[in-house]
Amino acid sequence: MIEVQNVTKKIGDKVILKNISFNVEEGQFITVLGPNGAGKSTLFKILSLLMKPTSGVIKINGIAVNEGGIALRQKLGVISHNSFLYDSLTARDNLLFYGKMYGVKKLEERVREVIQQVGLELSFYQQVKTFSRGMLQRLAIARCLLNDPEIVLFDEPYTGLDQQAIDILNNVLKTLKQRKRTILMITHNFEEGVELSDRILILNRGELVFDEANLYDLKSLKEIYRKKVGISA
Amino acid sequence: MTFFRKALAIVEKDIKAEFHSKEMLSVMLVFALIMLVIFNFAFDVKKQIVNDIFPGIIWITFFFSGLLGLNRSFFIEKNQDCLLGLMLAPVDRSVIFLGKMLSNFVFLLIIEILTLPLFFIFLNIPVPQKFGFFLIILFFGSLGFVAIGTFLAALAANTRASDILLPVLLFPVLIPVILGSVAATKGVFFNLPFSEWSIWLKILGVYDLLFIVVPLMLFEILLEV
Ligand SMILES: Nc1ncnc2c1ncn2[C@@H]1O[C@H](COP(=O)(O)OP(=O)(O)OP(=O)(O)O)[C@@H](O)[C@H]1O
Ligand SMILES: [Mg+2]
Repeated sequence: MIEVQNVTKKIGDKVILKNISFNVEEGQFITVLGPNGAGKSTLFKILSLLMKPTSGVIKINGIAVNEGGIALRQKLGVISHNSFLYDSLTARDNLLFYGKMYGVKKLEERVREVIQQVGLELSFYQQVKTFSRGMLQRLAIARCLLNDPEIVLFDEPYTGLDQQAIDILNNVLKTLKQRKRTILMITHNFEEGVELSDRILILNRGELVFDEANLYDLKSLKEIYRKKVGISA
Repeated sequence: MTFFRKALAIVEKDIKAEFHSKEMLSVMLVFALIMLVIFNFAFDVKKQIVNDIFPGIIWITFFFSGLLGLNRSFFIEKNQDCLLGLMLAPVDRSVIFLGKMLSNFVFLLIIEILTLPLFFIFLNIPVPQKFGFFLIILFFGSLGFVAIGTFLAALAANTRASDILLPVLLFPVLIPVILGSVAATKGVFFNLPFSEWSIWLKILGVYDLLFIVVPLMLFEILLEV
């Protein structure tokens, strides 16, 4: 479904990604691990068409992403370091706006659905600027689910979540997986979500240093990470 | 059709956000009123002078007031990386331009509607015979301003000193629109024959078209990372 072929990204003369290649099957759940500054978010930016690679090709469903444009973006759901939410709009208006941009059908209903999914019903009419970090992250998750994306890119989705919200996100991930959605998730938290994933990638200093099916328990995974990255997880 | 619907969704979003925060309109309004007070005090002795420079006064006021709005306009998009959120959406980049341009246009028009009567009253300017023409000039002058302004504001938004950079970029490019607006407005207020100043209206129209079409085509490149 997603083919990443020899992707290199340079900004100035700094090499941020070095010759990365991997394939993702439809319905696969991939966890991407790596220390700060490894290039994980940069890789996701390239996958979500926000950035062009310096060289290399990315194909989604056989179509090179630079040619897919709008049709590809329609299939994508992204959570990034920032929420993409408007401070002075209410939760509801934020979701309505993005729903319109994605051309979501039966929008009002869908907005209710996703807001329930993340447990924010009570803050539905509240301005986002009054939200706590965790509430913001929940709404960002809701936003990302609006268009029922085929491919989701989650960049550290667990940031700021309390235990209840962590359970919610775990459920979201399970549901997405059941529905054969393709999931790529960056995380620093080995305890959450990782056991759901089918495959683990480890990035270190722009290089893909590990790419294997996820047959490991927490302890051995941490051991591998230590070996590949050189510091403890 | 979806093209326009999605652009209008951006306008709706901006208006709702402004309705809640009132950040942009209040600053623009206060600025316009301060200009009014300043001009009122500066020129109250010689009545004739005010009549002569009134077209210049209102356009300076509206363009500078509009500049404040433009700076704000992409500020809310940079906060929380909303601009990236828009760029991830399955729409042409030109939709983003059109949406932002239209909401800036709406905000500028609101300021003009609110303050224009006050300018007439406090500076004691008689309403010109061809007031309808003046409204047309106001429309096209403002449109040209927000078109090129939105484009350059987006360009400047990606730099560190965006609020300083914008006026430096904007006003030189805007010269034809400023000249056209002021000259045509003079024509109306001084009751000159249409044939004498219609050329400025045409220039204004051509520049408006240029400033809308060129950014629509270039916005894709502008937002490239
Ligand atoms: N726009 C940019 N200009 C210059 N360097 C950049 C830019 N964006 C990222 N980098 C550099 O690229 C490297 C990788 O950044 P990236 O954000 O992809 O890391 P990451 O793996 O997501 O880290 P984290 O775990 O902290 O989120 C970093 O060294 C960063 O300084
Ligand atoms: Mg990151």
